[in-house]
Amino acid sequence: MPALLEVRGLNAAYGSIRVLHGIDFSLEAGRITAILGANGAGKTSSLRALCQTLKTSGSIVFDGHQLVGRATEDVVRMGVAHVPDGRGTFTALSVEENLRLGAYVRADRAGLALDMEKAFSRFPILKQRCHQQAGTLSGGEQQMLAISRALMLRPKLLLLDEPSFGLAPLVVAEIFSIMRRINQEDGVSMLVVEQNASLALDLADHAYLLETGRVVLSGTSAEIQQDESVRRAYLGY
Amino acid sequence: MDALLHQIVSGLANGCIYGSVALALVMIYQSTHHINFAQGEMATFSTFIAWALIQAGWPYWAAFATTVAISFAGGLLLQRLVLRQVEKAPVLTNVIVFIGLLLIFNALSGWIFEHTLKSFPSPFPKDSVLASRYVSAHELGSAAVMLGVLGALFVFFRLTPLGLAMRAAAQNPDSARLVGIRVSWMLALGWGLAAAIGSVAGMMIAPVVFLDPNMMAGILLYGFAAALLGGIDSPLGAVVGGFVVGVLENLLGAYVIGTELKLSVALVLIVATLTLRPNGLFGKTVVSRV
Amino acid sequence: MKALGPRGLWLTVALLVLALLVLPFLVKNYRVFQFNLVLVYAIAILGLNLLTGFNGQISLGHGAFYAFGAYTAAVLMDKAGVPYWATLPAAGLLCFGFGLLLGFPALRLAGPYLALATYALALAVPQLLKYKRLEELTGGVQGIVLVKPDAPFAFSLLGQPLSQDRWLYFFTLAVAALMFLLSWNLLRGRVGRALVAIRDHPIAATAMGINLPLFKSLAFGVSAAITGVAGALGAITVAFVSPDSFTVSLSIFLLVGLVVGGLASIPGAIFGAVFIQFVPNIADDISKSAPSAIYGVLLIALMILMPSGVMGVLNGAWARLRARGS
Repeated sequence: MPALLEVRGLNAAYGSIRVLHGIDFSLEAGRITAILGANGAGKTSSLRALCQTLKTSGSIVFDGHQLVGRATEDVVRMGVAHVPDGRGTFTALSVEENLRLGAYVRADRAGLALDMEKAFSRFPILKQRCHQQAGTLSGGEQQMLAISRALMLRPKLLLLDEPSFGLAPLVVAEIFSIMRRINQEDGVSMLVVEQNASLALDLADHAYLLETGRVVLSGTSAEIQQDESVRRAYLGY
Repeated sequence: MDALLHQIVSGLANGCIYGSVALALVMIYQSTHHINFAQGEMATFSTFIAWALIQAGWPYWAAFATTVAISFAGGLLLQRLVLRQVEKAPVLTNVIVFIGLLLIFNALSGWIFEHTLKSFPSPFPKDSVLASRYVSAHELGSAAVMLGVLGALFVFFRLTPLGLAMRAAAQNPDSARLVGIRVSWMLALGWGLAAAIGSVAGMMIAPVVFLDPNMMAGILLYGFAAALLGGIDSPLGAVVGGFVVGVLENLLGAYVIGTELKLSVALVLIVATLTLRPNGLFGKTVVSRV
Repeated sequence: MKALGPRGLWLTVALLVLALLVLPFLVKNYRVFQFNLVLVYAIAILGLNLLTGFNGQISLGHGAFYAFGAYTAAVLMDKAGVPYWATLPAAGLLCFGFGLLLGFPALRLAGPYLALATYALALAVPQLLKYKRLEELTGGVQGIVLVKPDAPFAFSLLGQPLSQDRWLYFFTLAVAALMFLLSWNLLRGRVGRALVAIRDHPIAATAMGINLPLFKSLAFGVSAAITGVAGALGAITVAFVSPDSFTVSLSIFLLVGLVVGGLASIPGAIFGAVFIQFVPNIADDISKSAPSAIYGVLLIALMILMPSGVMGVLNGAWARLRARGS
């Protein structure tokens, strides 16, 4: 079965500074894949490269379509939803308006109402704060909002950039368990970038390890968790 | 008592003018988060276009509609061709570009249409049954037009997906792209709409103050005061602000400081609003974490 | 400069100074008058640059400070018989106070809102100057006519006498040199860095311990003072002040001069001043509206193509030259 996402020889640069040096990775439909690495390894850049918010060269084939050279807005329309680092919430708009925007490119009105209800049942706190300004939500609540907003697209692929960043462990655990449920119930493929390696490896089926813009290790989560060097450097034991 | 009533009603009528300009300013702000210093000159230029069409024999409403359409297209093109280049530039750069536009439009008006005062017709019949000794038919008509624009804007921004997308694109262009909003086109649309609203304001103002290239200079300032007082991101605030500014101008002018310092009144209003109540009467306070 | 060596550098500077000193005697009086205005505008732009270029506070109303300084000088000379040179420190001090006063509410105004408030100020100035209740002081619509000062001693070079305009040239040149030197000294040290830090990253600057309100208000005050001194010099040079000389156009022209010369560049002020003094004369021949249109197109073109102005281009070219040399 062809992979949902196939990346070959991906280079990316911020202006003249190259951050990705010809990396390869792929993602099977319905699976969760993690991208691990220390600060500055190029994890966030990988996601930005997929969304084409960065200058890229190489090949990114998603669902049979080449993404390199397209506008971000078009990538979104193909079914890629990105939850950026820092959440990217529309802080001046209400929770409900944020969710509506997630479904901006969709044509079906009826499905929208249904998906909003689903989001509220998954994250009841959002329903409570429905008309509140998004900027007044706590970090964890904004993360829930950001994920829900991305899901409003009914995406084929969900990109998550450091979902655990700045959140208390309890909140993180809750969010990660909901993410697993979303993957199992709705079959949404996920690509998760995380600095917190153990968290990511528990969630994901496959993982890639990046160091300074290059893939140095890849395999199933179990394989990576067993690897000596990874254990020492990233898992702390 | 009669005189006071007259001042107030006249102030409300002027307030419609200021409110219309303020609506255009709010439009630009809501879609681009910029303050358009060139709004007045753009509106004047549009009004000149209408004047030229009427001079050429066009019926009023045909000229009106065509001018609005031309202004919309012009505003859109302006964003696509010129303003897009400085979209990501710092605020100072944008302010300078707006001043540049102000100068260019003012110069164009003067060069093409010259500086002689021109009269501009009002579409509202003078001897309408609704006119009274307090308020003229034109004043009533302008008020109706302005409230109509206000209503349309309210519905657009609050109740349509496109309006929501425009607000989102202005606030957070990066996130807007991630939900598939074509941000550049949103900005262009915002400018088009603002230019169109400005042209309507200009065509409502010209019958009252006569048309010349510098028609809008002082009025723009009052428009700013009105927009700020009402809340720069609130169309309703723009209209209310307009009424308040109009009445204040008249009352202060008649009873307190005389009519010579009108612009200073606008100045004080602007500074006071920005200092004491920066979000105006109806604007939203946005909380952002550092 | 590496190629020239330190002696070469001094020689170039000396030649430049000599040229500046001889210049007024090589041209007619009217040209000298125009040069004087260039110097005056250069000082005014320098003041604006301090606030807008270095400190990032956008002022569309510096014409107001210029007007305030001009009227201070005019009123002191006309009503109180103060000698012309003494009006400069007075104008500077009063404008400092005026600027400081404005600096406080300005603290609460960010970018475009400050631009708006200063724009409103600029628009209001002519009306204020024409105000009937102040007429006794300001001369109302008619303004105040001044007497141009004579040179304090007789002098002749190359057959040309030391006329009033020529004397004022040297006077203005000296004041300009002083202003530029003081500004350069101020900006290259702690104060300069603080101002730029506030411009680029106000939150980080505060976190580093810079007293934002103090610096920002002082920036307003000093900037106003410098432009006020320019205004006083302007009044003396032109020997006349009237409300319609100080419309919003003046503020816009100063901004144009600033942008052309280069934001946050001290020597750029001179290029800017030359530009705003001479371009209208040339453009006026084309059409009454031409100067405005040219300025407008230029402002936009500069922002898109050459955001750091003439000095930016020169600095860039100089840097490339040096890189090639070494």
